[in-house]
Amino acid sequence: MKFETVIGLEVHVELATDSKIFCSCSAKYGAEQNESVCPACCGMPGMLPIVNKHVVDLGMTAGMMLNCDINRTTTFDKKSYYYPDLPCSYQTTQWFAPICVNGKVRIETENGEKFIRIKQIHMEEDAGKLVHDDWTDTSLVDFNRTSVPLIEIVSQPDLSSAKEVLAYLERLRNLLRFARVSDCRWEQGSMRCDVNLSVRPEGSDKLGVRTEMKNMNSLSAIERAIEYEVARHIDAIANGTEELVQETRRWDDVKGKSYPMRNKETAGDYRYFPDPNIMPVVIDDEWFDKIKSTLPEFPEIKEKRFIEEYELDEKVASQIASSRAFCDVFEGAYERYPKAVEIANWLISDCSKILNRKKMTADMLSINGASLGELIKLVNEGVVNRAGAAKILDAMFDTDIDPKAYAEENGFIISNDTGKIEEVIKEVVANDMKSVNDYKSGKEKAIMALFGQAMKKLNKNCDPKTLRELLIKYVDSI
Amino acid sequence: MNKYITKAAESAAKAVVLDDMILTVGMPTTAGSKMLDGYNSLFESEAVTKLKSAGYGIAGKANTGEFGLDFLGETSHFGACADESGNLISGCAAAINDGDAFAAVSLDTNGTPRRAAALAGLTCLKPTYGTVSRYGIVPAACSGEAVSVTAKCAADVAEVADCIIAHDFKDGTSLPEEVCNSIKGNIKQGEFKKVAVIKNLVDSADSDTQAKIASACTALNNSGIATEEINDEILPLSQSAWFILMSAEACNNISRYDGIKFGYRSPNYKNIDELYTNSRTEAFGLLTKLTVLYGSECLSDDNYMPVYDKAMRIRRVISEHLNSLFEKYDALLLPACSKTAYSEDEVKSDIDTAYNESLYTAPASISGVPAVACAGVQFIGKALSDKVLLGLAQICEKEA
Repeated sequence: MKFETVIGLEVHVELATDSKIFCSCSAKYGAEQNESVCPACCGMPGMLPIVNKHVVDLGMTAGMMLNCDINRTTTFDKKSYYYPDLPCSYQTTQWFAPICVNGKVRIETENGEKFIRIKQIHMEEDAGKLVHDDWTDTSLVDFNRTSVPLIEIVSQPDLSSAKEVLAYLERLRNLLRFARVSDCRWEQGSMRCDVNLSVRPEGSDKLGVRTEMKNMNSLSAIERAIEYEVARHIDAIANGTEELVQETRRWDDVKGKSYPMRNKETAGDYRYFPDPNIMPVVIDDEWFDKIKSTLPEFPEIKEKRFIEEYELDEKVASQIASSRAFCDVFEGAYERYPKAVEIANWLISDCSKILNRKKMTADMLSINGASLGELIKLVNEGVVNRAGAAKILDAMFDTDIDPKAYAEENGFIISNDTGKIEEVIKEVVANDMKSVNDYKSGKEKAIMALFGQAMKKLNKNCDPKTLRELLIKYVDSI
Repeated sequence: MNKYITKAAESAAKAVVLDDMILTVGMPTTAGSKMLDGYNSLFESEAVTKLKSAGYGIAGKANTGEFGLDFLGETSHFGACADESGNLISGCAAAINDGDAFAAVSLDTNGTPRRAAALAGLTCLKPTYGTVSRYGIVPAACSGEAVSVTAKCAADVAEVADCIIAHDFKDGTSLPEEVCNSIKGNIKQGEFKKVAVIKNLVDSADSDTQAKIASACTALNNSGIATEEINDEILPLSQSAWFILMSAEACNNISRYDGIKFGYRSPNYKNIDELYTNSRTEAFGLLTKLTVLYGSECLSDDNYMPVYDKAMRIRRVISEHLNSLFEKYDALLLPACSKTAYSEDEVKSDIDTAYNESLYTAPASISGVPAVACAGVQFIGKALSDKVLLGLAQICEKEA
């Protein structure tokens, strides 16, 4: 018997806001334990939630990137359950009228393109984190992450393999990072995914028993978890190895197995009801249009345009279009100095080298595009040389500098002052008559020693051709 | 007599007493519960900040029934407050009548401040929902609870109310500044035409209460205001609908007291489930426990639509019904409670008292319209008619 797999995903993405969803605490990752907390996100009585408008902006943006309909009136609801990392014992989320519904996402599969339908996207607050101290046998709560804004993207059960799941997740990540909705970092937990999976005989129109898997922290863990779970389901159906039950399971990546979660962790009745402290959020045309106007071009459209309009080769275009920051710098540079291929090379080699050295990702590139264009122009016009340009580029990573002014201040401008060059040549020759004599006696390479010394004295800020000509002319004349 | 849970040091300033649902810095806020015994808030309520900056002193934190859900403070962990004849009196009302405080600011969740005023011969305004910030009050039923003002007369109530009525960006349900400002200023006089007396609710009260209603009608008539008796079958629906909404919201709000972060933690636990269960079992009183159970049940998957959602629809029906009544009448006149005195023993022996008596207070709680208790009776008016109601109260006060 042949089987087919039916998979739906619930993807949680932390939004790239400065502050939390209902209070003004910082939402940044990596603070000291319980540093970013206030009475509101600690669940103390008397604080009232005020919705962070930027959260709604980003929720809407995500929906537009994933072709969703936006609910123009969207409401917040309370979901009740007890857990020590949930200070109010309720999570404020969206149940009755989520911000986005009915979207679709295109992915590439072995059999060509496929559309994965999005059921809904809702906004909600994150929970805190429990820290277990085995030494003292205690558990402590870190509330930094409490009320950090999230969106949950719920897909329809349209995925049918681990490969498709990975393609879908990569696509979501790419689109959301492109629109600056989230940095989507698996390793920091700003992107997380639960997998709903069932297996049925091929061609059957009845769904099999569905299990939900949690606790996968990377794409490769998701792949392994799906493959394990599919095999377990097939084994159960085909060989009767166990009876499948609808349940939530925890993936243990070390052991490579999934285990049923304790009942309490999955207790069903969340007693949702509308939060009376939060008035319905009404998205008027002005707000809607404003967000719409800030949407970026989709990455594949950019890539195509880079190839057609700028004549970049496919590999280069795809490399640049993989990162919103690269695209922005590229386009900023092109506006200043329309030499697409050269700009692309600078991005892919010079800029990437510095990013690697600084252990930064492509998305963290924050140099000014126009300044990069200016710098390339200075090099092409012979105003600074490559060595000087490398130093200027380095400085551009630290602050937004004007490359020309910086070059002038730091002596990176190539000297065209022949008087000065001749002065240096005279000095070098006077100190190294041996090389002069060697050269005159036929050892042509000896001139290179003199050239090198002169270049060094000139801080390399000299057109090599000019120096060479002047040097030979002078040596020949003595 | 358990007037206070925390009494402030004497101060020269004109003093306002707070009920213990209002958060203060420097004095604990207990909400009348063992759960919050000794709880010190890190911030104070907007109402207290406004009172202080207007120069009022704080007399102390008056006794309060647990989370404001009960009839008249009888469920307080610190003991009920009763007068020498054994009748219940609210801590706030006692503080005013004893001359400790000029006025009281208290939270009206299930009508307590209104019936306290009616029983103690004081005047109480439950302002229009959204005109006084709820920032910094221990929440129970957020969709209807209101910070209220009680004093000896309508003029004193208006003075304190005007000080705390204001837009507050920290409260998402706060009405805009210009709307809040529109109800500040003089008590309305001589603009009234007709008041409806809700006959079926008057008839359900005892004869002493009916006599108070009759006196109020006489006072109004003497001032040239017509009164008209009507039977109304819609308003009593408020009672069970508000009970459902209040219990559900209170259950949810009270769920934050889990023994983990602050408040009471039982010393008897071996695991997290026992920590939750034992802390809450040991710290909550019976009425709170019943509210948690009932509220939880109302919100369960099976009951949400037939119970909670239906209560929300009834809320809308009541609001629309009130609007249509207020096209014909300036205000509705009805009792604030069914009797003129309640002994501590009788209330404690019948846990349904709070529910039974909410028949009279729930219409204004569920719809958010303003209500005034005075001269032993209650007026309900349309949204933002707070000063009209205080004007009617002044007429009744004169006659009484």
